[in-house]
Amino acid sequence: MSQAMFDLMLKGLWETLVMTFVSGGLSFLLGLPLAVVLVITDRGGICEALVLNRTLGGVVNALRSIPFIILLVAVIPLTRLIVGSAIGIAAAIVPLTIAATPYFARIAEVSLREVPKGLIDAARAMGASRPAIIREVLIPEALPGVVAGFTVTLITLIGASAMAGAVGAGGLGDIAIRYGYQRFETGVMLAVVAVLILLVWAIQGAGDALTRRIDRR
Amino acid sequence: MTLPPSVALASASRQFGTPPALRDISLTVPQGEIVGLIGRSGAGKSTLIRVLNGLDKPQSGRVVIAGQDITDLTETQLQPIRRRIGMIFQHFNLLSAKTVAENVALPLKIAGVPAPERAARVAELLDLVGLADKAGAYPSALSGGQKQRVGIARALAPRPVLLLSDEATSALDPETTGAILDLLQKVNRDLGLTILMITHEIEVVRQIATRVVVLDQGAVVEEGPVARLLASPRHAVTRALVRGLSPTLPADLAARVSPQGDQALVRIDLAGPSARLPILARIAEITGTPPRLLHGGLNDVQGQPYGRLFLALGTADPDRIARVLHDLSPMSVDLEVLGHVPSDV
Repeated sequence: MSQAMFDLMLKGLWETLVMTFVSGGLSFLLGLPLAVVLVITDRGGICEALVLNRTLGGVVNALRSIPFIILLVAVIPLTRLIVGSAIGIAAAIVPLTIAATPYFARIAEVSLREVPKGLIDAARAMGASRPAIIREVLIPEALPGVVAGFTVTLITLIGASAMAGAVGAGGLGDIAIRYGYQRFETGVMLAVVAVLILLVWAIQGAGDALTRRIDRR
Repeated sequence: MTLPPSVALASASRQFGTPPALRDISLTVPQGEIVGLIGRSGAGKSTLIRVLNGLDKPQSGRVVIAGQDITDLTETQLQPIRRRIGMIFQHFNLLSAKTVAENVALPLKIAGVPAPERAARVAELLDLVGLADKAGAYPSALSGGQKQRVGIARALAPRPVLLLSDEATSALDPETTGAILDLLQKVNRDLGLTILMITHEIEVVRQIATRVVVLDQGAVVEEGPVARLLASPRHAVTRALVRGLSPTLPADLAARVSPQGDQALVRIDLAGPSARLPILARIAEITGTPPRLLHGGLNDVQGQPYGRLFLALGTADPDRIARVLHDLSPMSVDLEVLGHVPSDV
C-alpha cells in the first residue's frame, strides 16, 4: 500500500471515529432521557401520561422507519440550519444523531422496563421523589443493559457512517465505495474491511468489559 | 410525630374487579405493639399493607396514619409520611447496583441527610443487624437472611414510627426466619417500634406478635390478643390456621381409636397458666391409674405455655371419665373424649 493510500485510510479512520463517537455521544445524551420518559409515562409508570407516551412512541417509530440514506438527504435543510453547511463531517453528524437517538432510546427502554417493579415500590415506600427514583433506582439498575445497548448503537453507527460519504463526510466507508468498489481496487477494499472489523471488535470488547464491570446483579 | 395508634384504617375498600380485594376494613395498630395480619394467599393482605403507605389507594374509606388522614394525598404529599414508615419485603427489594452501606443510606439520602451523618447512622444500623463486615458488599453476594437484615436496616434508617413487613420471612428457611423474627422483636423492644406484619404463617404470629388480625376474602374475620386467638379461635379460617400449630394424632394411632376399648383417649388443650397446674396428677387421683401420654406438644405464646396433649386415661369407666371432665373444667382446661384405645397402644 502506498504512503498516500495509508494517509488516506488514516484520515478515513479518524473521520469514521469522529462521526461514530460524536453522534453516538449525542444520541446517548438525547436517547436516555427519551427512554426514561417512554418508560415512566407508560401505563403503571411513575408519571403515567398516556397521550404523551403514545405521541412520543409514534415519533420514535416514524423516525426509525425512514431508511437512513433517505433521512440523510431529507434533513439537509435542518442540517444547514444547525451546522451552517450540508457537506462534511459536522453535516453527517446531524442525520446520524437523528437516526441513532430513537434507535438507542428503544434499546435503553427495554433495559429500563426490566428494572423490577419491587425496587420502584421500595423507593416509593422510602418517600423518594420521582427524580430520585429515576436517579437512584431506574438508571443505576438498568445501567448494565443500557451500556450494552449503547455498544450496539455505536456499532450500528459505524455502518451508517459509511453512507455519510453521500454528503461528502468521508470516512472509511466512503473510501471503500470510491476506491474499492468504483475503482476496483480490491486491496483497498480488503484493507478497509479489515480495519472496520478491528474497530467493531474493539468497541464490542470495550462495551462488554464495561458492562461486566458495572453489572452487580 | 408523637401519636395515638400508629395505624387506624377506617373501612377502606379497594376493588380489583370482583370480588373486591378489600371490603370495609377497620384496623387499629396500637403503638409499640407487633400486630400480625394473617390470612391465606389471596385474602388481600398485601393489598392492605400497600394501602397503608399509599402505594395503592382505597376505593372508599379513610386511611389514617399516626393521626393523619392520608387517603387523598398526592404522591408528593405522601413522601414525607412515607419517610416515617419503614417497609420490608418478601423479596427484599435491595438495589443490586448499590453496596449494602449505600442501600441502607438511601432513605437518608432521599430525605436530604448530609453524607457524614448518613455514614454514622449506616454504621450504627449495620452493627444493629450484625452486618458491619458486609458494608462494602453488593446484595448479590449475600444470603437471603443477610439480604433481609439489610432490608431491615434500610427500613430503620430514617427512624420510622411504624414498620410494615410484607411477608418478610416467607422466602427464608425456618432457621433464618427465626433469626429475622428475633431481630424484629429486638427492634420492637429496644426502639419501641410499632410493627405491622403480614404473613400467611401462624408460626410467625405465634413467635413475635402481640395482637393478631385474621383476614379472609378481603375482610377482617377475627382479631384480638395472640394468646386468646390461638387458645380459642372463633372463626373457621382462624381455626384452620391455628390447627397447623397444634399437634394432631399420628395416623397409626388414630387408626386404632374405636368407640369401645380398654382406655379412654382424651385430647387436652392447654392455654396460659392452666398448663402449669398439676393436671396429670389430678387425673391419676380420679381414675386411680396414672394417665399415659400418647402424643402432644407445648409452644410458647407471649411467654405463656400453649399446647395440646393426647392421653390414654387407664380406664374406660364412664362415671370416672365424667368426673375427670367435671373436675378439670374449673381449671380452664379444654378436654374432649375422642374414643377408646386398647391398653397396648
